[in-house]
Amino acid sequence: MIATLHEGATGQARTAITLGAGLLLVSLALLLLGGATGSTGIASLRHLMAARHDPVAWQIVWDIRLPRTAGAWLAGALLGLAGAVAQGLFRNPLADPYLLGSASGASLAVAAAMVLFGASPLATPWLVRLGLTGAAFVGAVAAVLLTLLLAQGVQHTLRLLLAGVIVGVVLGALTALIMLLVPAVQQTLQVFMFGSTAFVGWSSCALMALAWLVCMLVAWMLSHALDGLTLGEATALSLGLPLPAMRAALVVVLALATGAAVAQTGLIAFVGLAAPHLVRSVVKTTHGRLILLSGLMGGVLLLAADILARALIAPQELPVGVLTAVLGGSYLLWLMYRRTDYGQPL
Amino acid sequence: MSAPPDTVPSAALGAWAIGARLGRADVLHGIDLSIAQARWTSIVGPNGAGKSTLLKVLAGLLAHTGRVTLLGQPLSSLPGRARAQKLSWLGQNEASANELTAYDVVMLGRLPHQAWLAPASALDRLAVEQALRATQAWDWRGRPLGQLSGGERQRVLLARALAVQAQVLLMDEPLANLDPPHQADWLALVRELVAGGKTVVSVLHEISLALRADEMVIMAGGAVAHQGNCRDPATHRALERVFDHRIAIEPLLDQWVALPKS
Repeated sequence: MIATLHEGATGQARTAITLGAGLLLVSLALLLLGGATGSTGIASLRHLMAARHDPVAWQIVWDIRLPRTAGAWLAGALLGLAGAVAQGLFRNPLADPYLLGSASGASLAVAAAMVLFGASPLATPWLVRLGLTGAAFVGAVAAVLLTLLLAQGVQHTLRLLLAGVIVGVVLGALTALIMLLVPAVQQTLQVFMFGSTAFVGWSSCALMALAWLVCMLVAWMLSHALDGLTLGEATALSLGLPLPAMRAALVVVLALATGAAVAQTGLIAFVGLAAPHLVRSVVKTTHGRLILLSGLMGGVLLLAADILARALIAPQELPVGVLTAVLGGSYLLWLMYRRTDYGQPL
Repeated sequence: MSAPPDTVPSAALGAWAIGARLGRADVLHGIDLSIAQARWTSIVGPNGAGKSTLLKVLAGLLAHTGRVTLLGQPLSSLPGRARAQKLSWLGQNEASANELTAYDVVMLGRLPHQAWLAPASALDRLAVEQALRATQAWDWRGRPLGQLSGGERQRVLLARALAVQAQVLLMDEPLANLDPPHQADWLALVRELVAGGKTVVSVLHEISLALRADEMVIMAGGAVAHQGNCRDPATHRALERVFDHRIAIEPLLDQWVALPKS
């Protein structure tokens, strides 16, 4: 550890590349594992290959397991990316992609949509499911816009955080009210609020992949603004960065990435918070690399959690959001104690 | 009010009728100032005199009334990037870049010179190395800022400001957290910069150190109480006056020092 600390910046670059390659390899391995994991537990790879000759088994793998596996990775990647952007934008290591009220906005919109469409849990026709997905996305983006409106822009970080908390509380209360008034939606809404990758199809995957590519590209292009912001607002401005425009664009990235993930998989906790921390505990690097690595890390985290959730008590299934909350929470707790050892506040 | 802005080409920074507010408080009013090129000017004054606010206005970082010129050009009409190449800013207690290595932090000082998304050039890397060596921070270039002591951190941030290689450097309390040997190093560094034609403006609360500058701007109550040469007795009397005659400026060896009076 001491040796790496004294290495030059090129040492950090090498560590970052190694970490990226490692995460990609793990992702690939997990994708295969995810394809092999069904309601009967984890099958061997040979079993998976054998499934190619059995049309029913192949249909299960191709239409259910693979899109779900890819979807879990993509949703995690979106959340990890959003987490890295949020923590840089708000200059706060505890910032979370759900901070601007997107999570509560999505829940409220889904609850409202279910009441409007009529709630038939899980077995709803695809049109309704698409409607719910769209509602979640619109709700997430609308909540972020509401937060921005209350905060009168993106320039005052503290006001933005407070507005996000207020929007979250108020919209959460409205969701609770709907659940009280229309008890029939409770069960489906719960699935959404715990987060689940069970309903992700190939179309959802395509949507998330597109969102991920766009967000990644824009965030990477604006990563200098996040680096500059670590030196403080005044210094960032003194470096000639057009902060207001860059900030606005980054908030849009944050809303889009979070909205896309939440709309497909519900509220999955802690992935967005933990992924950037995990990356930073391995390598201290600039935001350009951090954003990319956090995306990969988020994908690995959520996919691993999803496979665990499917396999732990097979043929039953744990809600993956519950699992990420438990694992992510314990990790953060450990991080907090370790940081206290260093004598630094979190 | 005084000389029209464009007739003072030798001024690095000019300010005319500056007023500024922080929230509802009127922090600066009616400030006219001209800061000479290739000189070190220190800004001093009692707490709350508006020193840091003035420095921010001169750097173009704070909304204000009146006008500021940088090297003869109106600051407000300069694009952000052009201003950033000519003027470097070192703030006080604002960095939180705990997760970046010292090298990466100093490289941020090259942003005004880099094309958008372009990787660092050999020239950038040279500037970063020079800056880190000038503040004796080269040895811990690979360490994250969060693992450095206050003084070590300050030297990295100073190197960040140097890496801009700007014509004009504005520094707010640059000696914070530095021990006496590194304060002396800083003085030597500023002398070198000024000898190389750069203009340095620093807010300092340590009067004896501030007296080592060429020029001094003494502020009180949001206005300039006096501006003059640091060796001029009139400057010394003005200093004693704004500090309520609780200090005395006395010669010691070849310098002037501020002594507290009881």
